[in-house]
Amino acid sequence: MKEPVKIRELDSDERINNFNEVVLGYSEEEAFKEASRCLQCKNPACISGCPVGVDIKKFIYQITQKDYQAAYSTIREKNDFPSVCGRVCPAEYQCRMACVLSKKNLPFASREAINIHFLERFVADYGMKHCSSKQEAVNPVRSKAPGATAPPTAGTSNGVSHEFKDKKVAVVGSGPAGLCVAAELARQGIKVVVFESLHKPGGVLRYGIPPFRLSRNILDFEIDYLKKLGVKIVPNFIVGRVKMLDELFSEGYSAIFLGLGAGVPSFLKIKGENLCNVYSANEFLTRVNLMCAYKFPQFHTPVNTGKNIIVIGGGNTAMDAARVALRLQKINGITANVTILYRRSEVEMPARRPEIEHAKEEGVGFKFLVQPKELTGDKNGYVRKIRCLQCRLGEPDSSGRRRPIPIEGSDFEIECDLVIIAVGLKANKLLTSVTPDLKVDKYADLVVSPDTMETSIKGVYAGGDIVGGEGTVIEAMGMAKKASRAIIKYLCRD
Amino acid sequence: MRINNKEILADTQDTKIIKLGIHAPYIAQKAQPGQFVVVMVKEEGERIPLTVVDTDKNEITLILEEAGLSTKLLGKLNKGDSLYALVGPLGHPADIKNYGKVILVGGGVGIAEIYPVAKGLKEKGNYIVIILGARTKDLLFLEKELKGISDELYITTDDGSYGRAGFTTDVLQELLKSGVYNLVYAVGPIPMMKKVSGITRDSGIKTVVSLNAIMLDGTGMCGSCRVTIGKEVRFTCVDGPEFDAHLVDWDELEKRNRIYDEKEKHICKLYGL
Repeated sequence: MKEPVKIRELDSDERINNFNEVVLGYSEEEAFKEASRCLQCKNPACISGCPVGVDIKKFIYQITQKDYQAAYSTIREKNDFPSVCGRVCPAEYQCRMACVLSKKNLPFASREAINIHFLERFVADYGMKHCSSKQEAVNPVRSKAPGATAPPTAGTSNGVSHEFKDKKVAVVGSGPAGLCVAAELARQGIKVVVFESLHKPGGVLRYGIPPFRLSRNILDFEIDYLKKLGVKIVPNFIVGRVKMLDELFSEGYSAIFLGLGAGVPSFLKIKGENLCNVYSANEFLTRVNLMCAYKFPQFHTPVNTGKNIIVIGGGNTAMDAARVALRLQKINGITANVTILYRRSEVEMPARRPEIEHAKEEGVGFKFLVQPKELTGDKNGYVRKIRCLQCRLGEPDSSGRRRPIPIEGSDFEIECDLVIIAVGLKANKLLTSVTPDLKVDKYADLVVSPDTMETSIKGVYAGGDIVGGEGTVIEAMGMAKKASRAIIKYLCRD
Repeated sequence: MRINNKEILADTQDTKIIKLGIHAPYIAQKAQPGQFVVVMVKEEGERIPLTVVDTDKNEITLILEEAGLSTKLLGKLNKGDSLYALVGPLGHPADIKNYGKVILVGGGVGIAEIYPVAKGLKEKGNYIVIILGARTKDLLFLEKELKGISDELYITTDDGSYGRAGFTTDVLQELLKSGVYNLVYAVGPIPMMKKVSGITRDSGIKTVVSLNAIMLDGTGMCGSCRVTIGKEVRFTCVDGPEFDAHLVDWDELEKRNRIYDEKEKHICKLYGL
């Protein structure tokens, strides 16, 4: 069997000095070579591994035919943001894990699996360069694609459906779910207004994911693409504060989609958590990614750094925070010293495998089977030490991963002067607390009908992390697409 | 987000207090006493929280003291200029109802923040006693407006240049000795609020403070503004900004509010401000 084609990346010594994108992508030749490894299975499992059902087999075949334009159309048919997904999708848990070439019985894809995400990225970047005219955006490739599911109303001319010309839909939140719904609906000629509470659109793609993983040019391109589709984006606008849902309805919106995200950081509830220089990963990343604190003082938002930085957690957010922290040390002329503490072992880490590798390459240290117990500080209130317990792994818990069990009396201390807590996020209640008719579960996540993503209020739909808690970009998009289909159907009812 | 009018309320050698009227119809129609907005002066700027001092049909009034880079840049804007970003109203509104007799204590720029609450409480029929404190006469503002809505008004200056020499807390202590009050509401520098809290704790009078923790988004997503209230961790932006003064961990707040002091000094120097 042919060897997988390695992706080109910035050298780790070089990249830790800046926030430039680490993965450089395939050349045409490399993409061709990787695509040629695909067996073109009769029953391609990879497609069922994709939350939005991209016809992976087909677009890979089109790469081997060097018909990149067609490959782009194939992906766009199902995925509104291929250049984003090609960069941030946890492919090793999804399409690649389903690939017939991947070794089985592993918690994630083995290296032999086709590098589907890199091929998607190659095609998306090609499309961005060559297929990005305004005309393309307005005349969606989808309508030309054979086999695409036709919307319930098909009466279109000039690519715009007349049935919807008086219909207006409000999307609350401009993260992956909201942007995806906006794209899906705008393509049908529906007027879409996206309300965002921050000053820039993108949600977690903007404040959470660092530029070295998702270049801001890519994000801006995808958002511009939406604007070309006619989507209006209103920043600095908090639905639930300046407008309530019923006010939006009375202002002529026919339906509302809530892509509120999982915006509130969880803390460990241990002693010393409010000491100075203890950050939530959300705060640390927002300061750096959204507010550009790494360009302080050119940008005015500050962020602190330290000599011994501890990051607590094992997800993508923890990896992002650690790698950002390490870069800040380098930029400030401090010897790199960032350690991730995780209470299980490496194999249970929920982070993407390449991100764990990238973090290691860059010099981030890992301590596994460690549970923080207490933070202690100096007289000025700054964190100085973290006290931890060693853990061992017990029986699998509800997540299927082996449960960490702290070992009594195994306490030890690590010196630190900055701590970042990346142990998950919960729902933001800003809107739900003022909208009693919106039914929420015990986690304050929205309760929706699984088939339509409709909430307990008629005409109000939801998707992304506000439904079922933290997930991935592509899962949010999967929900968004389901909601979009239901919204289109709902708008057609009269 | 356009500045409709600008007024310099105080301008001494080291302190400048500025009042801005900003075109913001959506916020103006919804903002209630006690709520705040987050402001960005420019794209490179910080997000800073400022209390909504007053609202008109299409306009909100903000009052700020030039302290760090962002408030200094904001102070440099003129009538006709626009903010880069303005979002709100944020935070819980004050609990405006009839308490009976209320003392409102405003220190420094905190005077601005008690104004909307005092106005709201007056409308609900409360007996309003206001104590204002400033370092010196020239730094006092809103005196006329607050006089108009109060039943009793006391003024203190640190240097004795106006009103009574001393601190707001001196007056508070005296009032509490001789009268019965149902609520104390205080906004000002942390040492003042801490002292007010200490004074009223013994007499058990309900005391509400509006905290000025460092914020980023102002919508509950970062936790920068977390404070300890009793045994609970709360976010000032979404759970506050008002809290029961007797439950606030003042020491922690004071320390957390200083974590960017050096960077602030550095950037102000760099920008020559």
